[in-house]
Amino acid sequence: MGMTITEKILAKAAKKSKVTPGEKLWLNVDVLMTHDVCGPPTIAIWKKEFGEKAKIWDKNKLAIFPDHYIFTRDAKANRNVDILRNFAKEHQLPNYYDVGTERYKGVCHIALAEEGFNVPGTVLIGTDSHTCSSGAFGLFSTGVGNTDAAFILGTGKIWERIPESMLFIFDGEMPNYLTAKDLILHILGEIGVDGANYRAMEFRGETIESLDMLERMTLTNMAIETGGISGIIAVDDKTRNYLKNLNIFEYDEFNSDLDAKYFSIHKFNSQKIEPTVAKPHSPDNRELAKNLSEIKITKAYIGSCTGGKLTDFQYAAKILFGNKVKVPTYIVPASTKTDKDLEIETYNGVSLKKIFINAGCILAESSCAACLGGPSDTIGRSVDGDVVVSTTNRNFPGRMGSKKAEVYLASPLTVAASAIEGKITDPRKFL
Amino acid sequence: MNKNIIGKAFVLGNNIDTDQIIPAEHLVYDTSNPEELKYYGKYALSGVPLNESGLPDGDIKFVEEGEYVSNFNIIIAGSNFGCGSSREHAPLSLQVAGVKAIVANSYARIFYRNSVDGGFLIPFECKDKLNHKIRTGDEVEINLDRNILINKRTSEEFQLESLGDIYDIVEAGGIFEYARKTKMI
Repeated sequence: MGMTITEKILAKAAKKSKVTPGEKLWLNVDVLMTHDVCGPPTIAIWKKEFGEKAKIWDKNKLAIFPDHYIFTRDAKANRNVDILRNFAKEHQLPNYYDVGTERYKGVCHIALAEEGFNVPGTVLIGTDSHTCSSGAFGLFSTGVGNTDAAFILGTGKIWERIPESMLFIFDGEMPNYLTAKDLILHILGEIGVDGANYRAMEFRGETIESLDMLERMTLTNMAIETGGISGIIAVDDKTRNYLKNLNIFEYDEFNSDLDAKYFSIHKFNSQKIEPTVAKPHSPDNRELAKNLSEIKITKAYIGSCTGGKLTDFQYAAKILFGNKVKVPTYIVPASTKTDKDLEIETYNGVSLKKIFINAGCILAESSCAACLGGPSDTIGRSVDGDVVVSTTNRNFPGRMGSKKAEVYLASPLTVAASAIEGKITDPRKFL
Repeated sequence: MNKNIIGKAFVLGNNIDTDQIIPAEHLVYDTSNPEELKYYGKYALSGVPLNESGLPDGDIKFVEEGEYVSNFNIIIAGSNFGCGSSREHAPLSLQVAGVKAIVANSYARIFYRNSVDGGFLIPFECKDKLNHKIRTGDEVEINLDRNILINKRTSEEFQLESLGDIYDIVEAGGIFEYARKTKMI
């Protein structure tokens, strides 16, 4: 019996020739990532548990990105960043990206890709559930809590139960009215919020091959929304080119064997999928955008690790060009690099940033911002009974701030079209 | 490890996510400072919509206004408990509020790991839909030797799933204790 790509990577990390789903094994971790919400408690646990002997297992393998609660006057939130800053200074950490400096990157999952931490064939663990995003680069990545992270910080090791894999194959050319977000929302409607619980989600097929790395990260990012331990896409030329630009040439490329065993295989024809929305209050509450044209919105939000990448803004600009938004529409670039790219990249000869300004959008600095609500002064945070259409990944009660608010998750095309109309709108109207 | 856990049940539905267990705005309290830590108890389960809080009737606050701990110490829930973010503050806040154990049909992976590895509480699994059979406020007992849950109001007994390969970590009290016990660290 062959192995899946996930099993091969985990076998390598466990220094074994073969692993079987269900086995509990200790893995060697290649990269540990943390941020301002979970970093301080992780550091506190590490100090308490290792005491005087506390030693970071490998400073070069630790990446710390303040990104969650950044542009706020909340003293306790700012204190969290101070703790990270002091920790980085005390231990002379090479991979700390401080707020208020040139090194500040924005949202950790996008920064990991930009800074070259997403190396194929490796194991990357982060104190954030969306750490599964990195799997787009043919590596095993998953989220953990503070205790597990503190344990890794001191030992470089984590126990893991080898997951079964589910295979998702998308065939057919990607229609111009769809984005990767529609594909993952479609999957969520099919299998539900615990449909992949504890399993690895593997994506492949003609449609996936056509997606660039940022779009692929939208798919793997939301693996956690189905309960998945990880999402993964094998390395191809698009991956190799992205890494080449970062001067990364040495890595292990793994592929699933033809006789690998899957828990289940799901095939889709992308041509048959339509612009898709997740209604409140669950990412699997699927409906087609065209069936929600009665839903009036009060806010539109384009941002986050899922929906604030350059590709997301390219999609949105295509729709917003020459139009005006009817509701407050927030543009929150995931990373500072994305922010700069908005000025460089153009559509019809006009920079994306200018298209958004002309359309009447509100531009914000890079951070997680209102995706998870955040402190009360967070830009774009929902209030009272707001009805928000958003490119983010979760619409649980209260997720974007107000418990009374209703959040509809959609692609950047659908969000942009809806912002112009003031109600949920199928983007095909503008294409 | 305590072989009997007895307490009042608080009953919830399916897919209770970590934003409902501890809303993100409260994640700023210092977990290593006892004065701040108690706020995690105060706000535990404060994100659950009130009509779904304390089933079957709902409208029951898990932690009373002005209090820091709950009158309930065993959570009974449906499937996919603890889905969503990786915040360890979720099992921590339940522990600070006084919760000793959860019995659910299933858990999201990170919440399950965090509960076990952090030694916060024991996440039991049960095939029966207990959240349809137990009422908020019922006194229940978990007997670890027999791996059963007893509803003392009705005297009904329910089989719990074996803790399996995490038993050793649960028994040790968390991943660090387990690693020290096995001379790993």
